[in-house]
Amino acid sequence: MAEVDPAPRGTDGEPLLTVEDLRVHFHTDAGVVKAVDGVSFDIHPGETVALVGESGSGKSVTGMSLLGLLPKPAAQIPTGQILWRGTDLVPASEAQMRKIRGQEISMIFQDAMTSLNPVMTVGKQIVEMIRLHLDVTRRQARARAVEMLDAVGIPEARKRVEMYPHEFSGGMRQRAMIAMAIACDPQLIIADEPTTALDVTVQAQVLEVLADVQQRTGAAMILITHDLGVVAGVADRVMVMYAGRLVESAATDPVFYDARHPYTLGLMASLPRIDVDDVVIGSDVDLRSGRRLKPIEGQPPSLLHPPPGCSFHPRCDLADIGGACTEEVPALRRVAIGHTAACHFADDLEARAAAVGTADAIDLVHAAPVVEGPTA
Amino acid sequence: MLGFTIRRLAQAVPVIFCAISLLFFLFYVLPGDPVTILSGGTGRNVPEVTRQNIEQKYGFDKSIPEQFATYWGNVATGDLGDSLRDDQPVWDKVKQFAPNSIRLAFWALVLEAFFGIGIGMVSAVKRYSVIDTVTTLLSTIAMAIPVFVSGYLIIYVFGITAFQRGWPEWIRFPTGRTPENWAFFFFPADEESFRRLVPPAVALALIQIAVVARMTRTTMLETINTDYVRTARAKGLTERSVVFKHGLRNALIPVVTLIGLDFGTLIGSAVLTETVFSYNGLGSQIVRAAQFRDAPVVLGLTLVVVIAYLVVNLIVDLSYGVLDPRIRYDD
Amino acid sequence: MTALNEELVVDVESGSDPSTDHSVAPEASSWRNIWKRFKRNRLALVGLFIIAALVLIAVFAPLLVRLESTIGGIARLDPEIGTSPARLQPSADHWFGTDKTGRDLFARTVYGTRISLLVGFSAVLLATTVGTVFGALAGYFGKWADTLIMRFTDVALALPYIVLAIALVVVFGRSLVTIVLVLASLGWMSTARIFRSSIIQQKNQEYVEAARSIGCSSWRIITRHLVPNAIQPVIVYATLAIGTAILSEAALSFLGVGALEPTPSWGLMINHGRSALRSDPHLLFFPAAFLALTIVAFTAVGDGLRDALDPKLKR
Repeated sequence: MAEVDPAPRGTDGEPLLTVEDLRVHFHTDAGVVKAVDGVSFDIHPGETVALVGESGSGKSVTGMSLLGLLPKPAAQIPTGQILWRGTDLVPASEAQMRKIRGQEISMIFQDAMTSLNPVMTVGKQIVEMIRLHLDVTRRQARARAVEMLDAVGIPEARKRVEMYPHEFSGGMRQRAMIAMAIACDPQLIIADEPTTALDVTVQAQVLEVLADVQQRTGAAMILITHDLGVVAGVADRVMVMYAGRLVESAATDPVFYDARHPYTLGLMASLPRIDVDDVVIGSDVDLRSGRRLKPIEGQPPSLLHPPPGCSFHPRCDLADIGGACTEEVPALRRVAIGHTAACHFADDLEARAAAVGTADAIDLVHAAPVVEGPTA
Repeated sequence: MLGFTIRRLAQAVPVIFCAISLLFFLFYVLPGDPVTILSGGTGRNVPEVTRQNIEQKYGFDKSIPEQFATYWGNVATGDLGDSLRDDQPVWDKVKQFAPNSIRLAFWALVLEAFFGIGIGMVSAVKRYSVIDTVTTLLSTIAMAIPVFVSGYLIIYVFGITAFQRGWPEWIRFPTGRTPENWAFFFFPADEESFRRLVPPAVALALIQIAVVARMTRTTMLETINTDYVRTARAKGLTERSVVFKHGLRNALIPVVTLIGLDFGTLIGSAVLTETVFSYNGLGSQIVRAAQFRDAPVVLGLTLVVVIAYLVVNLIVDLSYGVLDPRIRYDD
Repeated sequence: MTALNEELVVDVESGSDPSTDHSVAPEASSWRNIWKRFKRNRLALVGLFIIAALVLIAVFAPLLVRLESTIGGIARLDPEIGTSPARLQPSADHWFGTDKTGRDLFARTVYGTRISLLVGFSAVLLATTVGTVFGALAGYFGKWADTLIMRFTDVALALPYIVLAIALVVVFGRSLVTIVLVLASLGWMSTARIFRSSIIQQKNQEYVEAARSIGCSSWRIITRHLVPNAIQPVIVYATLAIGTAILSEAALSFLGVGALEPTPSWGLMINHGRSALRSDPHLLFFPAAFLALTIVAFTAVGDGLRDALDPKLKR
C-alpha cells in the first residue's frame, strides 16, 4: 500500500477528495487496457494540483473517472475508491453523480469549440446548468450567467450571453467554459488541458482567469496538463503520471529542482530552462559546457501488455535490468517531507548513477541540479 | 440571405435551360419520325398531303434551330404547347396531374419523417440491443426492395387477399384509382379517397423510411459521442436531457435537409409507384408521353418537375441556415 | 473521450508484437484487415453468399433447366418459347408454373438471372471506367476541365433519372446493348463526381505534400498514393450501383420501355404478371422475389464494404 503524504500547505486537515488505489480498465477487442493502474492521492480545499503526464499516461482518464464520465460498458473500475467528502463515488448511482456534477465538482475541457454545443447560445448553456442545480428563476439564472461571463473577463457580457460559441474567439470561448464551470460554485474544478488548444499569449490570460477564479471562490483545482511551463506558474503541487501510475508527487519547487524519479528528471532535462544556472545563453558562454537538451529515448509502453516491474524501465538510464526494476513494481515512497516518488533508487539517485557509470546516467542525474532556483 | 437567394435563382436558370434543351434535342433531333407516329404509325402508307398538313400544323417543316427558338419563345410567354396525341394544352395537363404528385409526395414525406426519425432514434438510443439489430437489418432490406415489388405485395395483401378472404373493413385497401376528393388541398375528403391514398403513399415512403432511419441513427450516434454532449453530461444533466436537448437538435439537421430534398425528388420521380397503383401523377404521364414521342408533353411536364426540384432545393438550403447558426451566406 | 478512445485504439490495433514494440503507427487498411472487418457484418456476408449463388445460377442456367425437365418429365423447356399450356400453377413439371404464353416460369426466371447480372455488371464496369477517368481529370487537374465536367453533370443530374433513361431508350432503341449503354451513360456522372471529390480531398492531405517534398514525381504520387485511397468510395459506390443498375433495367422493362419480348427480363415478367395478380400471383412474385433478393444482396455487400473500408465510422 502506497504511502501518501499529506499536503504541506496550511490547510484545514481533512482532504476534500481522497483517491485510493484507483484502477480503470478498458475492455477492448484486443484485451484489457489498464489505463489507470493503482493511483492514490489527496486534494485539499483551495489547493491547485497539477496532474502531469504525456498522452496515454492516464491523466485524462483519472480526471474523467472522478466525475463518472467514462464510457460505461467499455470502462470498468475494478477496484479503488474515490472519496468525495467522505462518500465513495465509485459505487454511487447516476442520480447521485448528477447532483455532484457541475455543482460540487465541475470540469473544464480542452477544446472549447467542440465542447460547447454549436447550436445553442452560450448564455442558454450556462443558464441550463444553473437552473439544474440551483433553485432560481430564469431571470435570476440569466443574471448570474452574465455575472459569470463578466467575472472571467469577457467584455460586454450582456451582449455575449446571446451569442453562439463560434462567434467567440478561442480564448473567449475557453473563458466562457470556465464561466460555466464555476456558475454553481463548485468546490473542485477539474481542468483537462484547458490551455492546450490556445495560443501561448492567450494561454497566459486563461491561466490568470483560472487563478483568479480560484482565489475568489476558494475552490480546489486539479490541472491536467502535459505542459510543464503551465505547471510552473500555477500549481501548488505536482503529481507526475506515467503509464497509468503515479511516479512522483511533491510541491512544485521540489519537482523542478529536486526530482527523485528518472522520468521526472528526464522531463526536466528535456526542457529548455532559463531558471537554472548552467543554461544561461549568452555570447560569453562556452557552448561546450552549456547543457544540451536531452530527450527521453523510446516510446510510452503499451497499456495492453505493460512491461514487468517498473513500467519506465525500458527507457530508464538508471534501470537495473534483471534486478529490482524488472522484478518489482516500485511503490510510491516518501523521500522527503511532502515528497513521494516511485523508484527503487529514489533515495540516492547519485549513487545509482555512479554505479551505472554511463555518461547518460550521470547526465540525467545532473540535469536538474539542486540549485537555489529563483521563484517562479 | 437575399443575395444568396438571388444568386441561386440566377444559377438555376441556365441549368433548367440546358436540361430541357437536352431533352429537346433528344426528341427532335435524333432518329425517329414523329410525323409517322402521329399519322398512325409505321407500316401505313401516308399520303403526302396528310404528311405536309401534319408538318405544317406542328411546325416540323421548319429547321431545328427555328423550332428550338419557337419552343423557348413560347415557353417564355407561358405557352407550353399542345400534346401531340390529344391536342390538350400541356399546361392543362400540368394543372390536372401536378396536384396529385404534390399530394402523394407530401404524404410520403410525412410518413418518412415520422417513422424514419422515430425508428432511427430508438435504434440509436438502444444501440446494440435486439431492437437496434433488427431495425438495422430490416432497414437495409427495405431500402433495397424495389417499389414495384413492395407495391404489388401491398396490393396483393391489402387489396386482393383482404377482399377475397373477407377481412374486416378497416384493413381493406382497394387500389387502382386515383383519390378524387380533397379538403384543403392535402387532405383526403372522404373514406374512399383516404383508402386509395394509403397504399401508394406507404409504398413510396417505405424505401425512404429506411434511408431516413439509418441516417438518423448514424447522426444520433455521432452526436452522442461529441465533446459537447460530454460537457452536457459533466454539467449533471440527465441522460434523457442530454440526448433530446443537446444531441437531437444537432443530429436532426442533416436528416431534415434530406427529407426536404426528398420532397423535390419525389414530385417527379414517383413514376414506378404511380404506375403500380394507377395513380395519375406527373411521373407516369411523362413516361406515357415519352413512349408516344409526345415531345411537348414530355418537355413541358419535365420543365415543371425540374423547376419544382430546384425551388425545393433552394428552400432547403435556406432553411439550413435557420437550423444551424454557424452557416453564413456571404461567401 | 473520443480522442482518448482513438489513442487507445491506436495502440491496440497495431497488430505488431506488443511486448516489444510499444507504440506503432496504425497500418493503413490492408486487404486482410478490410476482409476481417467485412466478415463481422453478418448481413453483408449473407449478401455475398447470395451473389455467389446467383452467379452460379446464371452460369449454370441451362443445367438447372435441364434438371427441371428431367425431374418433371417434360422434353423441352425454353425460356423464350412456350411449349406448355398457359397459366399453370407451380407443380413438379413446372416448378414455378407457366406464364400467359405457356413458357416455363422457372426457366425464364433462372435465365433472367443472366440478363440482370450481365446488364448490372457491364453497365457499372463501363460507367466506373469512364467515370474515374473524368473524375480524375476534374479532380487532379482542376480549372476548366473541372468546371466543364461539373456543370455538365449538374445539368444532366437535374433531370429526373427515370425520365432521362426513358427518353434515351425511346430514342435509341430497345435492345439490351442500348440499355446497358444508357445506364452506363447515366451512371458515369455520379462516379465521376464521387471520384473527383475523393481526389480533391486526398490531394490536399499532408502526405501528398510530404511525398512531393521528398521528390516523388506526379505520376508516382497519383498511382501509389492518391488512387488507392481515393478509389475506395468509388468501389463502394460501384457495388451499390450494380444493384441500382439491375433495378433500373427491371424498372424500364416493367414500364414497357426496356427489354423486348421474348427476353426473359424480370421486369418484363413482373409487367406481365400484374394483370394476372388476382388469379395467378405466382407469375409476378417469383421474378419479383428474385429481383428483390438480388438487389438486397448487392446493397448489403456495398454497405458492408463501406463500413469495412472506413473503420472510423462508429457502428
